[in-house]
Amino acid sequence: MNEILTLAFVVQVSRMTIPYLLPSLGAVFSEKGGVINIALEGIMLSGAFAAVAVIHYTSNLFLGIIAAAFSGLLISAVHSFITIIARANQIVSGIALNILALGITKYLCKVIFGSSSNSERIPGTEVLNLGFDVFIPFSVIILFLAWIIIYKTKFGLRLRACGENPEAADSLGVNVFRIRFSGILISGLLASLGGAYLALEQHSFTDGMTAGRGYIALAAMITGKWNPLGAATACMFFGLMESFSLQFSGSEIPNQFIQMIPYVITIIVLAGFIGKARPPKADGIAFEKN
Amino acid sequence: MLRSFLLLIFSLFTLSCTKEKPENTDGKLKVGLVFDVGGRGDKSFNDAAYKGLEKAKSELGIEFEYIEPGPGADREAALRQFSARKDISLILGIGFIFTDEITKIAQEFPNKKFACVDYTVDPSRKIPENLLALVFKEEEGSFLVGAIAGITTKTNKIGFVGGMESPLIRKFLVSYEAGAKYVNPDCIILSGYAGVTGDAFKNPSKGKELALSQYNQGADIIYHASGITGLGVFEAARMTNKLAIGVDLDQSDEAPGLVLTSMIKLVDVAVFETIKQVKDGNFSGGKVETFGLKSGGVDYVYNEKNKNLISEDARKKVEEIRKKITEGYITIPVR
Repeated sequence: MNEILTLAFVVQVSRMTIPYLLPSLGAVFSEKGGVINIALEGIMLSGAFAAVAVIHYTSNLFLGIIAAAFSGLLISAVHSFITIIARANQIVSGIALNILALGITKYLCKVIFGSSSNSERIPGTEVLNLGFDVFIPFSVIILFLAWIIIYKTKFGLRLRACGENPEAADSLGVNVFRIRFSGILISGLLASLGGAYLALEQHSFTDGMTAGRGYIALAAMITGKWNPLGAATACMFFGLMESFSLQFSGSEIPNQFIQMIPYVITIIVLAGFIGKARPPKADGIAFEKN
Repeated sequence: MLRSFLLLIFSLFTLSCTKEKPENTDGKLKVGLVFDVGGRGDKSFNDAAYKGLEKAKSELGIEFEYIEPGPGADREAALRQFSARKDISLILGIGFIFTDEITKIAQEFPNKKFACVDYTVDPSRKIPENLLALVFKEEEGSFLVGAIAGITTKTNKIGFVGGMESPLIRKFLVSYEAGAKYVNPDCIILSGYAGVTGDAFKNPSKGKELALSQYNQGADIIYHASGITGLGVFEAARMTNKLAIGVDLDQSDEAPGLVLTSMIKLVDVAVFETIKQVKDGNFSGGKVETFGLKSGGVDYVYNEKNKNLISEDARKKVEEIRKKITEGYITIPVR
């Protein structure tokens, strides 16, 4: 046990947590504004691919991350358009975008790297030579920033108002469309950075490499009761369990059992055993201006 | 507006999915190959098969097409798609995961020829007459790299990262462990699998974390048998500056200077030879063709790149073991 509780373990848990944390915080922004963004999975995937493709051509880490951010903004803009302006079903749009992202990344991977499954190796964040993982402090800053923005700023108040009662917000002169649009864009940005992190850690792109992390991020947000700090705690818990399952692989405790725990907790939370998980009132409902 | 937008996306999508029309074959032999989980670019198993295809194309003048199937039922659909084509006469399935599907489809298409690499032989089931099972004695190669690891380790702890938990991958682990203990009875072996489904062969981030955990627990050499997942093991080796052992192909370029050796499996030769047999008209199925240490079907890598990592002593000892294996003095456990 002593071997396990080391700095290396803490760093490993952080590495596991970040790809959940960033999209999960994104989801908070989107849903606080009243739009369910189930497209996070596809956004992460496109972020991962964009980062790998651009780094492959330019060998520039920053350009790769910027490209990832752009891809995330692009997909979330499409999601905004479909859900806010066209007022289509938010879940359907999200799932469609996920399938689209899975297909497009595979197709482009084939075009660029000659294989629909794998890219070439790319350099990761170690080229910065910092001696630590730059994404760890970055994610912590983003976490607190998210909390401050949502609960302590005018924008945050308006965002929450649009998620709780868009009609009331609208009657007070808040531009519901614009606020919701911003919320979704932020979620796309954060999710794509989460995807880019995965790719940088892995040093390559593999088709479907996000492996459902976008959905787990959503679950973490729900477990965390639509609060950035709650979501972060849930993400860390998912990360911790994932690390445990790695540490104990090959031992007597069945791996599957450890991996199961976070999902059981999610179900327990959803069932209302640990306080009530209440979504924003207008979450998932399109707003129609009279 | 929305409708036209969706229509545009849809048409783009269909366009991108359209298959290139098969060219006129003018009597050339055409081969259809379906890759294992992970697909091309894994620098390992699938790429080895691809090498065999390329060689057959340039030396035998054949033509080929390949499919990188997605998960689950895609594999069977891909095999069926090739089998139904008039111009394709040989269909290759790469990986043990094809065993059931290819047996079934070979029976459905008795006029086509099939071959499956790493076919899981089940004595209670007859291999169809038009299907050739290509089997490797991975245990012999793994025993040798295990011995190298057992001699080379300084911490007396070595690791193993497997892909999908399955009898085939277990065989790699058990024989690797036996090899290490044969030369170093006190050696401790840490092991882990990336998962229990085919996707475990294409999860480099899991491979990296598994390897980091093992390095962290004191292992200084890790052998992987996990397809693309293994690329993560090499990333972990780079991060910690410890040694790794490659599989299927010489993987020394995946972590330059840190790849102790690779357990090579001549999948390319098996693929090439099968295509050659079909071309020369002496293909005969319904049987198992085994590639072992004796015939050079499996081996370990010793060349300019890793010469300085393997001591003269280790080299000598391993060559002795090779001789004992080929002469039948060592029985290697496989399960």
